[in-house]
Amino acid sequence: MNIQIRSAWNAFRQSPHAPKWLTWAAINVSIAAYFGFGLVAPASVSKTAWLPGETTHGHYQIEMDCNACHDPGRSADGPSGSDVMQDACIRCHGEQLDRAKDTHPAKKFRDPTNAERLAVLDAQNCLSCHQEHVPEQTLTMGLTLPADYCWHCHQEVADSRPSHRDMAYDSCATAGCHNYHDNRALYEKYLDDHHGQPDHLELASLPRRSTAASLSGVFRPDRPLAIDQADHPATQSVDQRVLDDWATTAHARAGVNCTHCHGGNGDTAWSEAVAMESCQQCHAGQVASFQTGKHGMRLAVGLPAMTPDQARLPMHAGQAHAQLDCNACHPGHRFDTQFAAAEACLQCHADDHSLAYRDSAHAALWQEELAGSGAVGSGVSCASCHLPRIEGETGIWVNHDQNANLRPSETMARQVCTHCHGLEYSLSALADPRSVASCFGDAPTERIESVQMAHAWFLQRQAKRDARLKKP
Amino acid sequence: MMKLNRNQQLAAAALTVCAVLPLAALSGCSNSEASSTPSGGITPQQFADGVHAVMMADRTVYATHVVTNLNKQDAPVKAFEYWEDTENSIPLPAQMFRMGAELVDENPEAGFTYALRSKWPLNDQHQAKTELEQTALDYLSDNPGENFYGEEELGDQKYFVAVYPDRAVAEACWSCHNEHPNRGDDYPEFAKDDVMGGVLVRVPL
Repeated sequence: MNIQIRSAWNAFRQSPHAPKWLTWAAINVSIAAYFGFGLVAPASVSKTAWLPGETTHGHYQIEMDCNACHDPGRSADGPSGSDVMQDACIRCHGEQLDRAKDTHPAKKFRDPTNAERLAVLDAQNCLSCHQEHVPEQTLTMGLTLPADYCWHCHQEVADSRPSHRDMAYDSCATAGCHNYHDNRALYEKYLDDHHGQPDHLELASLPRRSTAASLSGVFRPDRPLAIDQADHPATQSVDQRVLDDWATTAHARAGVNCTHCHGGNGDTAWSEAVAMESCQQCHAGQVASFQTGKHGMRLAVGLPAMTPDQARLPMHAGQAHAQLDCNACHPGHRFDTQFAAAEACLQCHADDHSLAYRDSAHAALWQEELAGSGAVGSGVSCASCHLPRIEGETGIWVNHDQNANLRPSETMARQVCTHCHGLEYSLSALADPRSVASCFGDAPTERIESVQMAHAWFLQRQAKRDARLKKP
Repeated sequence: MMKLNRNQQLAAAALTVCAVLPLAALSGCSNSEASSTPSGGITPQQFADGVHAVMMADRTVYATHVVTNLNKQDAPVKAFEYWEDTENSIPLPAQMFRMGAELVDENPEAGFTYALRSKWPLNDQHQAKTELEQTALDYLSDNPGENFYGEEELGDQKYFVAVYPDRAVAEACWSCHNEHPNRGDDYPEFAKDDVMGGVLVRVPL
């Protein structure tokens, strides 16, 4: 047998075409190895070749971790469509939907009387409306079915809401009136409650943060440390400026010492870089929310931190390789929340909306607040709008998911805008692309009618009731 | 027929006892009544009657002793349609009932669904959704004091459907409904013990 193989090999070597065949074989093996490695490799660019199509703006950062959505081992129920696990969607978005008081949760469709409707539009399955890798049919909010989907269930809406007669079904969610999942700023009672408000409220101010109360760690302001108590290892040379900065921060006032963040206390080795897990010890809510937004979502699935060169929005080239972790916005030892609130954003972001900020009325208010001539909470930084202050069980804390009130953007009306503006003005501004592009430097040109319509409907109902009860 | 080994037989017997006894107790039937059914368990109707008894007990207690009591005391807390976004407010009895139904819907172990229905719904979600439901509501109107039982097929699944009269048990029920701005022109003036709609229990067969 060996003799036969050897003689065949010798005959092949002596063939004039042997080099060509060898080259062909090598190329094929290389191609197979490249694709094969992509299949088994951990999350990385090696998997690019296996992407069936461009992913949406919400998922492209983690597209190299195919298993984030396709791993059958993490699903108890099996694939729900296109080999994607339904529970993969819920793993990342379930809590957001709960917080948004999802108006179309799957449970709403479990009533057996919906069987016929579900046969047309399976509204219990995220993938019925949000497919991935199909950029040619993806609309805003990752919607991948025709925008008049409301028709399937709400054909008779005009019976109870005559004002809706003749309205096109593809306009339901595009005019500041309705959103499929999050209607907190748009449901009729809320709209009516805010009817008649002026564009600019007399008392315009953001809620005050209760940072200390929202901390999850054991450190509290009653254990202040002085500069001579810094416990960095003696072998570690530390710049005096760094120590001075640390001593002026809330960290020193709360008893957070060098080794709490950098290690080097005997159990752990000293590290110049501070891991996100160190921040998480005390700022659990902030870190968790950071990882649900675009800035931190790669870290959430174990990928290297996001860098601006990976962004689809325009970014400043000089920051292309900056790593987006806690220190990206809270650098050095000052952890300056004022820097983090605007300058940190603008050092990377270079889209029209961001570039217009410095010339906006919002920025002028922010500068006044920084200068001390404006009241605390009266300024509007990037963070004022994109990192909303949320009332939690322990007080007001900052949600570090900068996408939280962009799903959809009307969410921002309730969580942010209405602290200073009337609801109708807020919804109108958010629905006006020109106003958004100018960072709200331009007032909205058209008024959203949903507030007026809701108010008219409540008035009509009340008038009918009064007439029946024969009230004056 | 599949043969079971001794351990499997014991497990099956234990499961049967665990499943049947609580349901029999729930239905209000005696053990002898429950065992008189062909399968040795309870019928869909007995099951529906049982869960309906529990629902109506909770519903009556909430309407009578919580909502009506708050109203009588002029308490700062009121049952209010928009309770989620209004301070000092709690859900209306119908909303509480629907939220309970949604939780049951979410529970894959529950094995049944339930809902409120009415010929005069203040909330469109409570109108009849199928022909059988409409028939049931008409039957309850025409036959005061009786229940309606039937079967229907929805999405290739057969269901046993029981619909029970939903009566105005507390003053808060009829006064709120009669004054509600959503009421249509044909809305009846409800009074104590009037049938305002139906409680529907649907059990897959």
